[in-house]
Amino acid sequence: MSAAPTSTVAVQAAGVSKVFNEGLANEVTALQDIDLSVREGEFVSLIGPSGCGKSTLLRVIADLTHPTQGTIEVAGMPAAAAREQQRYGMAFQQAALFDWRTVRRNVELPLELQGWSKDRRQARAMELLEMVQLADFASHRPWELSGGMQQRVAIARSLAVDPPLLLMDEPFGALDEMTRERMQNELLRIREETGKSIIFVTHSIPEAVYLSDRVVVMSPRPGRITHVVPVDLGPRNEDTREADAFFDAVTAVREALRGHGGGTVRAKAGEV
Amino acid sequence: MGGRLRSVWPPLLIGFLFLAAWQLLVIVQDLKPYLLPAPSLIASNFFGDLGLMSSTAIYTGTTALLGLAFGTILGIVAALLAARFSIVNNIVTPLAAGLAAVPIIALTPILNNMFNITSRTPRVLVTVIIVFFPMFVNITRGLLQVQPVQLELMRSMNASPRTVLRILRIPNAVPFFFTGLKVAAPLAVIAALVAEYFGGPQEGLGSRIASSAANTAYGRAWAYVVASIILGLLFYLAVLAVERWTAPWVGHRRST
Repeated sequence: MSAAPTSTVAVQAAGVSKVFNEGLANEVTALQDIDLSVREGEFVSLIGPSGCGKSTLLRVIADLTHPTQGTIEVAGMPAAAAREQQRYGMAFQQAALFDWRTVRRNVELPLELQGWSKDRRQARAMELLEMVQLADFASHRPWELSGGMQQRVAIARSLAVDPPLLLMDEPFGALDEMTRERMQNELLRIREETGKSIIFVTHSIPEAVYLSDRVVVMSPRPGRITHVVPVDLGPRNEDTREADAFFDAVTAVREALRGHGGGTVRAKAGEV
Repeated sequence: MGGRLRSVWPPLLIGFLFLAAWQLLVIVQDLKPYLLPAPSLIASNFFGDLGLMSSTAIYTGTTALLGLAFGTILGIVAALLAARFSIVNNIVTPLAAGLAAVPIIALTPILNNMFNITSRTPRVLVTVIIVFFPMFVNITRGLLQVQPVQLELMRSMNASPRTVLRILRIPNAVPFFFTGLKVAAPLAVIAALVAEYFGGPQEGLGSRIASSAANTAYGRAWAYVVASIILGLLFYLAVLAVERWTAPWVGHRRST
């Protein structure tokens, strides 16, 4: 997006490595020497083949797993503190909704854990369901909703405590192409309305390019960042997907994924 | 709902045809009641003394219900401990499996000696032991088989293990609880009934089936068997009703 991000840092990873089964025969270096800085309000995608550590990187940032080396700061504090203080919201490929709760009470979950009063969290949940255009489904059960709708509920839930950062692990990976494109527009709209910083893991090059200010390209064995592709396509709309600049950026990311070039590949900035 | 109703008719029809064939067989072959009493004879015994039938069933049903209740509570407590502490899980699970392999009902005469044979206690105890295993195994599975992504979500929201238990594991175990209960409830009736064959108070179904058969009142013995079947079915249907009422989400699994 062209909206100038502020200079404040949302996420700062410095020298992060993650080794699984250290010292054992099946030792795997999932992440090696990762330096990544995400500005406040920035949309950054992590892309790469399976096993490149993009999900692991997201989990390290979320403090769901600990780095073997290096430091992570989220919102200016260590990752653990950021998690404890709910400075980020998370969405996964699976919506991970609880069947025994209504849609509204699923969105209320993080607020409930924070000890919000019933009235306040109901009001907040309805506000969020309004935002993801599911207010009419508040008292439905998750299984009555389509996959895309379930994912919108999950996004609403991740926004519940109004964290400055969203961590998204292939949230649209299980959706069909049409739904997926709709969800992408939806996410950009929500980002526009809320000004969140977003780190988004995906397999899809067009998805990464369409959504992001920067695409971080990773490669496996050991998982590391090989390229960072800035994307400057201006405000997105349906025409963006057919613009030359869009395809240029897609090509730049694809070549980066193939290992062409070194360092930073520049996508041509173009008018849409 | 309409589909449910339609699915009820075929078994009813088969049941009716089966009874008709049975009646016919008895008449045509002129079978003696000690071999096989006619459905009409069983029915006249059953309906002829409906009061006694129901009071007898209530006696055994009470034993079964007490055993089911205590066995379920025991199963829940053990499962919660097993889910919380893997040490408990490692100790209790093999023990429970061992317990399931013991022919519990054969222990009834011993339990009768250990406890007061004139009381209900040994029978309830047998029922408790029978009920415990399916309840414990199913609830433990429900508490532990949580989607990894749901656990990550809870952790991302900074939930303590206790909160995870309350918000995620226990609700997740509810369908498993009912699976266990659907097995355990009819088993409780069978256990309570069979335990009565080994002496003690005579007002239960098991005692009356045995004494009727011993007194060549075959129609009556079979009438008590019918009452036993009805009792077992009632237990099962009661579980279904409670499940529908308290956990309407059971049976609905979403795709993602």
